Amino acid sequence: MELFLAIFTDYTLRNVALGAALLGLVGGVLGSFATLRRQSLLGDVLAHASLPGICLAFLLTGVKAPLVLLLGAGAVGWLASLLMLAILRTTRLPEDSALGVILSSFFGFGIGLLTFIQHSRNSNQAGLDKFIFGQAATIVGEDVATMALLGGVALLLVGLLYKEFKLISFDPAYAASLGLPVRGLGTLLTSLTVVAVMIGLQTVGVVLMAAMLIAPAAAARQWTNRLSSMIWLSAGFGVLSGLLGALISATRENLPTGPLVVLTASLISLFSLLLAPERGLVWDWQRTRANRRRIRLERLLLDAHVLHNHAELTPLSLAQRRRSTPARAKAELEELAAQGWVVQRNDHWELSERGHAEAHRLEQAMRVLPKTLGPLVGGGMGGAS
Amino acid sequence: MIRPTTSDQFSPISLRPAPLEVRDLTVAYREKPVLWDVDLVIPEGQLCAIVGPNGAGKSTLLKAVLGMVPRASGTVQFFGQPLQAVRRHIGYVPQRSSVDWDFPTNALDVVLMGLYGRLGWFRRPGRAEREEAMRALEQVGLAAFAQRQIAQLSGGQQQRVFLARALAQNSDLYFMDEPFAGVDAVTEEAILQVMHELKGRGKTVVVVHHDLETVRDYFDHLTLLNVQVIASGPLEQTFTAENLKATYGERMSLGR
Repeated sequence: MELFLAIFTDYTLRNVALGAALLGLVGGVLGSFATLRRQSLLGDVLAHASLPGICLAFLLTGVKAPLVLLLGAGAVGWLASLLMLAILRTTRLPEDSALGVILSSFFGFGIGLLTFIQHSRNSNQAGLDKFIFGQAATIVGEDVATMALLGGVALLLVGLLYKEFKLISFDPAYAASLGLPVRGLGTLLTSLTVVAVMIGLQTVGVVLMAAMLIAPAAAARQWTNRLSSMIWLSAGFGVLSGLLGALISATRENLPTGPLVVLTASLISLFSLLLAPERGLVWDWQRTRANRRRIRLERLLLDAHVLHNHAELTPLSLAQRRRSTPARAKAELEELAAQGWVVQRNDHWELSERGHAEAHRLEQAMRVLPKTLGPLVGGGMGGAS
Repeated sequence: MIRPTTSDQFSPISLRPAPLEVRDLTVAYREKPVLWDVDLVIPEGQLCAIVGPNGAGKSTLLKAVLGMVPRASGTVQFFGQPLQAVRRHIGYVPQRSSVDWDFPTNALDVVLMGLYGRLGWFRRPGRAEREEAMRALEQVGLAAFAQRQIAQLSGGQQQRVFLARALAQNSDLYFMDEPFAGVDAVTEEAILQVMHELKGRGKTVVVVHHDLETVRDYFDHLTLLNVQVIASGPLEQTFTAENLKATYGERMSLGR
């Protein structure tokens, strides 16, 4: 609690937290569109590609003012993303190859420039490499204002063009038939993603930036089936990651903010992937298991039903019919008994009234199957009834 | 090659230019032409099929006509006007497989997209638009599914959502890309009913179609396409064994 209050009193912490939260907000919103357009890795490309931009901006101007460096980063990142889209449009290079080529060549160029600068004996150069992994502690009030301005413009545009962005993300062909400039709108969305990357460079750096575009959006998609709620949630998760990451890093000396922000976002994402209602993997897995068990029990009941009607239902006869062992068949009969479908009478077993009713229902259902599924199952099902 | 001139399909009484008139249209991706010198006149108020083998350029023809793929040459006019002037009066139903149905949206929302053209930039759909979209959903028998996430609809229902979206546009000319592909009987019936309703209101419907067996029952006008237009005209004149052979090659029969 004391720590939480420190956000309002501690100047450094406040700036760091605000910067991280802004990054989460803008990254969450634009990341939603990027993931839905299957372009989340494009965010990774343009984040990495912004490193040479930072270096070039420094080399050309000789100043280390964040705004100048960010503009350089944005310009080169933007160029890389346009190049990327052009390559996809005009060549037969598969998307992952194009991503790999652009990402590594731009990032390699950036590292090269960085090394060159570091050996150039320019006393002013120290700290440029901080953009690789980010260094949130260097964020000052002025930086936050710059970020807020950039992010504000980006969010305003998303608000204005929400319906158009939604349509080109879902069905670009139809959008084109309505006369929307699909390519232009797509380029605009990508450019706004560049703005999100610019906001994140100081906090999380070029290498980890993509996570702030992907993780909150992927988490949000798990909880809702509506785009508007997904965007709000994604923004919320982004802000939460930013604030929590900043706070946690403030609890100890030498805990880096950027990686903690990214880790928080990843944890939220992991939790959502596993446990979100409906889409959560755990529930999915559970449903599959329950379904398999039900089908197995139903097949078992049908076998028991046949034996009950035409022979005697005992562990031995069931084992023979199902080609298993009597011990296993006994366990299976007990499972059926737990469902209330069979009851034990001395040395043999009988179907209960509920068991009969259920077996009858299943047989009826199976009779319809061959008609609807056709020859696929037609032959096999006849024997069971 | 059998190639009836397209101009004599005009009813001479009609003063209005044809809903669609294509002249010398050629489209080429990379080296091979996908469409070669296509001339086509679609008559008003009829159900028109475009039929041909795989890779004949059927979908490309729709996309080229609607300006979605660049044309190497040729002109396209709608009601005697260029595309830009009449865009809002043209409804397009893309192939169902062209979108990701896991997109976070529901049926009503997709149908609302049909009204985006009319709404114009920046404006969001309101209550009037939602009511209009609901009416379109009712027309295809999906009113009860308005709030359903689109991934939870069956393939046929998804196709009908696309149809409803085009209906909401209230266009004069509709292009449908394989609407009957892989749909259930209920959907097939619903699409046919909508097509006939549109025809009854004087609208023109152009359908890319795959199934030769149903062409005769569903359509009034037939264009046989295989890179070039093999034949185009009223169904009874164009649906001949000779034309089909020219379109599909030797191994094709009438399928009866």
